[in-house]
Amino acid sequence: MNLQNVWFVLIGVLWTGYFVLEGFDFGVGMLLPFVGRDQRERGVMLESIGPVWDGNEVWLVVAGGATFAAFPGWYATMFSGFYIALLLILFFLIVRVVSFEWREKSDSPRWQAVWAGANTLGSVGAPLIWGIAFANLLQGVPLDSSHEFTGTFWDLFSVYSVLAGVTFVVLFAFHGAGYLTLRLTGDLCRRAAHAKWRLALPAVALGASFLIWTVSVAVDNNDKPVLTPAIPAAAAIVALVLALVFSFLHRRAWAFGLTAATIALVVATLFTSLYPRVIVSSPDFANSVTIANSASAHYTLTVLTVVAVITTPLVLLYQSWTYYVFRARVTGEEVASPTKMITQPPAGA
Amino acid sequence: MTLIAWSVVDLARIQFATTSIYHFLFVPLTLGLGPLVATMQTLWYRTRDENWLRLTKFFGTLFLINFAIGVATGLVQEFEFGMNWSVYSRFVGNVFGAPLAIEGLAAFMLESTFLGLWIFGWNRLSPRVHLATLWTAVLGTWLSGYFILVANSWMQHPVGYKIVDGQAQLTSVWALLSNGFALRAYLHTMLAGLIFGSIVMLGICCWHFLRGRDVDVFRQAAKVALIVAVPVTLLQLVVGNRFGEAVTSAQSMKIAASEAQWNTCQPCGFSAFQIGGFTKNDPTPSFSIVIPRVLSYMATGSFSGQVQGLNQLQQQEEQKYGRGVNYMPNVRTIYWSMRVMAYMGVLMFLIAALGALLYWKKRLEHARWFHRTAIVAIAFPYIAATAGWILTEMGRQPWIVQGLLLTSQANSPSVSTTWLGISLGFFVLLYVFLGVVDFVLMRRYARPGRPAPREEVPEPAVSF
Repeated sequence: MNLQNVWFVLIGVLWTGYFVLEGFDFGVGMLLPFVGRDQRERGVMLESIGPVWDGNEVWLVVAGGATFAAFPGWYATMFSGFYIALLLILFFLIVRVVSFEWREKSDSPRWQAVWAGANTLGSVGAPLIWGIAFANLLQGVPLDSSHEFTGTFWDLFSVYSVLAGVTFVVLFAFHGAGYLTLRLTGDLCRRAAHAKWRLALPAVALGASFLIWTVSVAVDNNDKPVLTPAIPAAAAIVALVLALVFSFLHRRAWAFGLTAATIALVVATLFTSLYPRVIVSSPDFANSVTIANSASAHYTLTVLTVVAVITTPLVLLYQSWTYYVFRARVTGEEVASPTKMITQPPAGA
Repeated sequence: MTLIAWSVVDLARIQFATTSIYHFLFVPLTLGLGPLVATMQTLWYRTRDENWLRLTKFFGTLFLINFAIGVATGLVQEFEFGMNWSVYSRFVGNVFGAPLAIEGLAAFMLESTFLGLWIFGWNRLSPRVHLATLWTAVLGTWLSGYFILVANSWMQHPVGYKIVDGQAQLTSVWALLSNGFALRAYLHTMLAGLIFGSIVMLGICCWHFLRGRDVDVFRQAAKVALIVAVPVTLLQLVVGNRFGEAVTSAQSMKIAASEAQWNTCQPCGFSAFQIGGFTKNDPTPSFSIVIPRVLSYMATGSFSGQVQGLNQLQQQEEQKYGRGVNYMPNVRTIYWSMRVMAYMGVLMFLIAALGALLYWKKRLEHARWFHRTAIVAIAFPYIAATAGWILTEMGRQPWIVQGLLLTSQANSPSVSTTWLGISLGFFVLLYVFLGVVDFVLMRRYARPGRPAPREEVPEPAVSF
């Protein structure tokens, strides 16, 4: 496997890290109005992701930066072509980022409601648009011979791409509900479990349709043989169905692990379907952006590989440690939010 | 000028200037306040003096409010290269993308993860480990700054690359990382961060002195702020000057423009203030204050050094890169941005020195005129940093990568003025809104006599 392909896989891994980790953060944000009955409960839900959401979001920053460095052509075409879509993603992510920090800064219920709402809005909006964007990479967008996008914002919307967006949203909601069942206690935890059961069937139905459709798009629009994308797609469907089964069997950790696996396999399906292209051009298939025509030179990829080999294990190690430190379920008794932090006696004081 | 009359490149430039200047209002305070807060927590850990803990939490909250916007607006910067500058991105990705990717993996991950641990870890980690998480996060912010400045410095002074098929390709990552321009820019920027941290902290302490609130606690913080501010503001004057020498050799045009020096001179006087003399047709100021030989020293390190003039440089560039392009940046803007930055730097040093003197004489808490001055001075680092980036980035024009790619040829061909107009309007509205909320929150949490939550907690030992 040459370095270009290695980096194609690594970019897939980075997006997987982003969607698996931030996926449940998004899910928690989406479920705020449904699982939490008042602002105190919503505060507890947000606390369950409080220490980790920022680290999770960095996976996006790294995915973006690595795409820029390893595949400048891919980065340039995708980011300039999906302009308004990315602008919307930025909007959703920004209101979400500040909502975490700002919500706690006042005791006014209205203020808290506004920022909880902003968190939910961002948590629904961002995965919706990411789904639409990724579907378009595969389904094909109009590109000219220098790989510049020639379409409009509305070209990004098709039944398939919107299905992809909705699937991302529902899948992340399901994933997030599973996370909450592992992190909450009492009544709140029971309600999270109920939400998970309600989401299980829609998630399976949407996930399976999207995955099957993806395989067919890969065959029709990207010249792929059926088998290559069908293998990860089938695995994803199996994982998703098992997640549903384990949800109803009250095996919470298993169910959560399986939704994580599902998301990873969905990304794997998309990347397998794309290979060896990264953005399919339609109608002029020959103008597609490929791994080969968008990758950086060998030297850059070597440097990036060395850096990735050294830092990625470290990142995984200290991020895992974070999850270990905050493994205790959040009860709302001890809300260690930044504002409250000011009023709290520290350990050992 | 109406919006319609602006070209795609104009709009993309305005957008980049707006979003990056805005981003950099938050970044340096993070860079500077981080180590200061960590120092105070270390002092608490060592001495067990409750005041240090109160100060850690007080300034820690401001640090976090500020950090949130830094993160949110940083994402915009990363996306914007691809969105608005696709030709640039294709051209430089091989080289410029590498430090950005490394920044994410090696620095930003560290910063974000460990900050999460610090914020929520007060009761879950031992005091020693908890303190270490903050220092690790601070290390992350400082590493992050390094990689970003490596990327930016490559645009100012490209090194370690070759051009293959119209693309810049990396040939030496060591050359890239040890770019002399980058190392100087890094030192200059980190010192700027420390100036932000200490001057803002000093101002907030003085606000408390003025109102007579928690004077004993904030005297300790003021001491820390002054211990940092005095040497750092002084050092910055020296480092800024040395940085100027690096710019002279890499970007002669920028220095000539920053001095409105139309013709080559030797030795050259420094124009401290002038009226007129900013355009080719009006090269001689109608009024000016000139300090003899100082420009020679600043630009070359020797009092008799030669500084090339704009006209001569234009001729050289035309021979090198071809006619038909104006290789001069906007002289008036560059001249004044340089002076605003430098004068603010001097002013901040004087304020810090004065504060230290008052502290030494034990009069800092009583000098009300100084309190007001120090509160106003909170704005100075912001003004200086903004002027500094205007000088750096506008001074590079018409190049987006010095000597390699013109800004006018680097934008995204697929992005129309309509899209750019929409996104510019969007960012301006969103950023104004974020700025207002942030300002209100910062003010509220920095304010003297903030509602004391003593009633909220049963154990009032460390409450504010």
